[in-house]
Amino acid sequence: MCASVKYGSRGPALIPRMKTKHRIYYITLFSVVLLGLIATGMFQFWPHSIESSAEWSLDRRSVHDAPLVRIPMSSPIPERGDLSCRMHTCFDVYRCGYNPKNKIKVYIYPLQRFVDEVGVPISSTGLSREYNDLLSAISDSDFYTDDVSRACLFIPSIDVLNQNSLRIRETAQALAMLPRWDKGMNHLLFNMLPGGPPDYNTALDVPRDRALLAGGGFSTWTYRQGYDVSIPVYSPLSAEVDLPERQPGPRRYFILSSQTAIHREYRVELERLKEENGEALLLLDKCSNLSQGLASVRKRCYKGQVYDYPQILQESSFCVVLRGARLGQATLSDVLQAGCVPVIMADSYILPFSEVLDWKRASVVIPEEKLPEMYTILKSIPHRQVEEMQRQARWFWEAYFSSMKAIGMTTLQIINDRIYPYAARTYEEWNNPPVVKWTSVNSPLFLPLIPPRSPGFTAVVLTYDRIESLFRVITEISKVPSLAKLLVVWNNQNKSPPEGYKCSMISEGLTSFFFLSRSECINKFASVFGTMPLKVVEHRADPVLYKDDFPEKLKSFPNIGSL
Amino acid sequence: MQAKKRYLISLLTGAFLVVLFYFGGGVPGPAATGSRSRHGYNRPEQPWPHFSDPLQHLSPWDHSDTEEYNVHISPRQKRDVNSSVYKGKRCRMQSCFDFSLCQRNGFKVYVYPQQKGEKISESYQNILSTIEGSRFYTSDPGQACLFVLSLDTLDRDQLSPQYVHNLKTKVQSLPLWNNGRNHLIFNLYSGTWPDYTEDLGFDIGQAMLAKASISTENFRPNFDVSIPLFSKEHPRTGGDRGYLKYNTIPPFRKYMLVFKGKRYLTGIGSDTRNALYHVHNAEDVVLLTTCKHGKDWQKHKDARCDKDNAEYEKYDYREMLHNSTFCLVPRGRRLGSFRFLEALQAACVPVMLSNGWELPFSEVIDWNTAAVIGDERLLLQIPSTVRSIHQDKILALRQQTQFLWEAYFSSVEKIVLTTLEIIQDRVLQQTSRSNLMWNSHPGGLFTLPQYSSYLGDFPFFYSKLGIKPNPRFTAVIHAVTPLVSQSQPILKLLVSVARSQYCAQIIVLWNCDKPLPAKHRWPATSVPIIVIEGENKVMSSRFQPYDSIISDAVLSLDEDTVLSTTEVDFAFTVWQSFPERIVGYPARSHFWDNNKERWGYTSKWTNDYSMVLTGAAIYHRYYHFLYTNFLPSSLKSMVDQLANCEDILMNFLVSAVTKLPPIKVTQKKQYKETMMGQSSRASRWADPDHFAQRQTCMNKFASWFGVMPLVHSQMRLDPILFKDQVSILRKKYREIERL
Repeated sequence: MCASVKYGSRGPALIPRMKTKHRIYYITLFSVVLLGLIATGMFQFWPHSIESSAEWSLDRRSVHDAPLVRIPMSSPIPERGDLSCRMHTCFDVYRCGYNPKNKIKVYIYPLQRFVDEVGVPISSTGLSREYNDLLSAISDSDFYTDDVSRACLFIPSIDVLNQNSLRIRETAQALAMLPRWDKGMNHLLFNMLPGGPPDYNTALDVPRDRALLAGGGFSTWTYRQGYDVSIPVYSPLSAEVDLPERQPGPRRYFILSSQTAIHREYRVELERLKEENGEALLLLDKCSNLSQGLASVRKRCYKGQVYDYPQILQESSFCVVLRGARLGQATLSDVLQAGCVPVIMADSYILPFSEVLDWKRASVVIPEEKLPEMYTILKSIPHRQVEEMQRQARWFWEAYFSSMKAIGMTTLQIINDRIYPYAARTYEEWNNPPVVKWTSVNSPLFLPLIPPRSPGFTAVVLTYDRIESLFRVITEISKVPSLAKLLVVWNNQNKSPPEGYKCSMISEGLTSFFFLSRSECINKFASVFGTMPLKVVEHRADPVLYKDDFPEKLKSFPNIGSL
Repeated sequence: MQAKKRYLISLLTGAFLVVLFYFGGGVPGPAATGSRSRHGYNRPEQPWPHFSDPLQHLSPWDHSDTEEYNVHISPRQKRDVNSSVYKGKRCRMQSCFDFSLCQRNGFKVYVYPQQKGEKISESYQNILSTIEGSRFYTSDPGQACLFVLSLDTLDRDQLSPQYVHNLKTKVQSLPLWNNGRNHLIFNLYSGTWPDYTEDLGFDIGQAMLAKASISTENFRPNFDVSIPLFSKEHPRTGGDRGYLKYNTIPPFRKYMLVFKGKRYLTGIGSDTRNALYHVHNAEDVVLLTTCKHGKDWQKHKDARCDKDNAEYEKYDYREMLHNSTFCLVPRGRRLGSFRFLEALQAACVPVMLSNGWELPFSEVIDWNTAAVIGDERLLLQIPSTVRSIHQDKILALRQQTQFLWEAYFSSVEKIVLTTLEIIQDRVLQQTSRSNLMWNSHPGGLFTLPQYSSYLGDFPFFYSKLGIKPNPRFTAVIHAVTPLVSQSQPILKLLVSVARSQYCAQIIVLWNCDKPLPAKHRWPATSVPIIVIEGENKVMSSRFQPYDSIISDAVLSLDEDTVLSTTEVDFAFTVWQSFPERIVGYPARSHFWDNNKERWGYTSKWTNDYSMVLTGAAIYHRYYHFLYTNFLPSSLKSMVDQLANCEDILMNFLVSAVTKLPPIKVTQKKQYKETMMGQSSRASRWADPDHFAQRQTCMNKFASWFGVMPLVHSQMRLDPILFKDQVSILRKKYREIERL
């Protein structure tokens, strides 16, 4: 009954006992081998590492040094993307293998400059700064491997972010020429601006076999759910403009429309809304009197009045993000950065990273048809929710939109989560901003269960050296029918627990020193947790009928109240 | 002697190694050094060189693009083009669903009348009667937004006895068919041996499919709904609870991974099951297959069959199911299997091996939180994968299986309602549930987005969002007797409630036939008193979600309740810790009457309780909304007719949602049964029929819920220091102790 944990006078022996002579023998042998290994290692690795790091520092290389590759006219063209592709049909999972870190390995093809037979490059812009940033970020990340044979995912260095700058046929041929292309298996292409006039298809038009597409502007008809990744259209203003985070709350304007390229039909409807609701709406357009160029990107006008963009976005609770020729709009990124709640009107659009992000908490999606009802719909949203959405919008931008690195890492993490679903990031990890992560409580025992009495309980008794009261506790508690196990934790390192019933008399009562050290503990723990996790309540649980004027023998727990 | 030999050998080995390293250099590892040097010197490829040239920017604002777009295509036309092009396998809500039908009357579902001579399977009958009993049902096709066939489409396996012939012509002849637009077709089985296609054998036109075992290739995202495969015996309502009774830590069970099922030897779906024996270790990974099924199994049997069959007989399926941490759920001939729901109910975390199966309700359920999604191609890695999952994760996965089972799968009713709610979410768009509502307790069926789109307005998500409920309450006093004297209890109650520091306002619900008393008759209080005349003066109106209730907490009171300010304050502080439960004073209990074989209601003083009456209770205002909008009109009208049982129904509802008992707090005046009959109590309590009615109500409610949702509790919450022998001055809620 008096279960206690016993330790020997010494700690558990790690090395099996042996004679001293033999031990010395062993130790010597071991050190000789170890020294030998260290020496060999230094000899083998040192000079190389010096050499390579020297080379690395010289590695300020230019795009123009990349080798030129000529694409023969008759070079094969990949098939158009297969709409039925899914991870289990078009993705070779064997390449990813099982690894304890549950992390995919990503290989980036070295840069090549592809030209056609007459020497015209396949892309009018070549490598864009954004794509370079993206690939640099990936190569700096844990995902990166330079060993092509260990890679699970391959990223071509051919920049297809903007379809407008591409020659479709030649780009496709260039893709097919990649050494590991193999029908596009496990290849990932990043594209932000798909389609071109007049139809503006919603996915990259470059034939690409089975390659995965991380695309900005997918529609529900082109997006292969669980295979492609929907990504945002990166806004260069993210890096250019520093918008400080604003506290969530009401803003000067209720709805703001800042896009310059809104279809006439929609602009008419927005103007009608403006007439009906007056000052609550601000309807901006491009400035006709300013000179074209970069400046016009940063300015917006309303009736001759000039506003700074994107700063003006911070002055509104809701910001309209209407589809343009394409479904994906860079404005979305600016709006989120400003902490303005996006009102997304782009039918059939697959929202960026919708596989993992809960857009309902950061945006309002309204069918294009309901544009005239926008004001009433938005007015019906509770204030507290608007504030939460403002905070959430800003957090989405910071975590997933703010740089090409963020976009690239999120995309890779999503693919990683599909390959190792049992190690995937959780909804909370993806969607809760740091504030919520700190304040929210996710109990590990979240299921409302009222357990039966049958398995009973385990009593854990912590004791220092007050043997007498320990025995009293043990005797009392062992009378409880539902006690299943009793564990005594002996917390005195200087003394061994008593054997049998040899008990020493210890004075009762707690010294003031004891209380002092307990309160120190509380402060220490609170500082480790970052917040005070303990909560103060004013109630305690008693049995029903506790201390009630009621026959004692009819009470379930009679002697609790009678003490 | 022995030891010496050992040392000598190890010494020699060590020496040999050293020699090799020093002198052999490249001999033992030429490959390693070779590859290193290749990487070291042949650097140009690696890693990505971070080009520092002035590169061109990506310009996402292409003005020429948009100008052209402006000239050519009207967005309205473009939408019309889309909806005419994307049909059949490419159907989406935008192209194959007529939203305008839902705008007038909301989301209403019409079920075709059953035709004579048409046989309907029991399962399909259950589906239809669930819809007919739900709040979405309409008998008028003119009001309907969604149509459900009365022709049994569940089993489309031609070899099955349930197969309905000539479905094609029958469907085409339906007057409202309209090429399947806004129709929902339920299906459990499709195709047959040997290829098990997912074709239903008739043209479904633009209808939506609610189908079991649907593959990702055929699944039309946000249009079809993947439902679980359920058996004929699956209960219509209620349904069994999950098998997990308590959590164990560490969460490991006797077996790590189990499976017991058929092996097909050949044909579709046989590969994975044929390979299972590689992973079986007869200890903690027990994967058993049998070839013994079908008539001519002997003909196809292979070398392993006899051995496998023998091993198969040694274990009991149920025993394994209940004692395993993980359960393998490989595909059968079709992608889904009964085993999936069985494992879910048994709190055995499903390990899916069914490539391309669109998991049930995948549109809303995050299956990564309740299952391990494996890949058939990586079968051999499965044991090490499940072993690598951390205990904390297993604990969470296991609890989530139970939550999901009880929230969406335990009865046909839940499966059907979940299907309808998913479609409703798509139709109503702005007022739809977020991921958190679907994937956390109490689940989407109890979290109605029409109430609010903000999570913080519900009682369930405070701790998840790290926020607290509004620190004030609204008192709702239900008045049924005319105001004649200034000593009436209601006036005293008004004064004492108004004095509470947490009281935001008091609403008097005037359910009395006499006209409203003049304004000056009400006592002057520091908080506003709002008098509302009850709609039709019925009982249920006390749980109407009045717009004037602005706080999260509602203190519901009968007009004759006697409560002191301290009691109100204390109850409210308790409620703040348990915002999703009913916290209050008068406790009652239910019991199973063995003689009458029905539920009984008792108001006796007992050691436990399962209800806290709403004559003096605090609860979240969301329950007003749920009471009015979730409960069927049959129960509400019963309450109204009897003018009784509304408090019992509220307790049923809240316990069904929370799966927890209400909370009784201690009160100053101890209830005496004799007090119940006194003239000061309202007349309705004195009526002897009143008590008998309450028994009837209990049983009526329990049958609608399908189970008895009430839970007993033995706990009462008292103020700290309650009746302790310390100075009364040190006690904050000292009033409660004074008799």
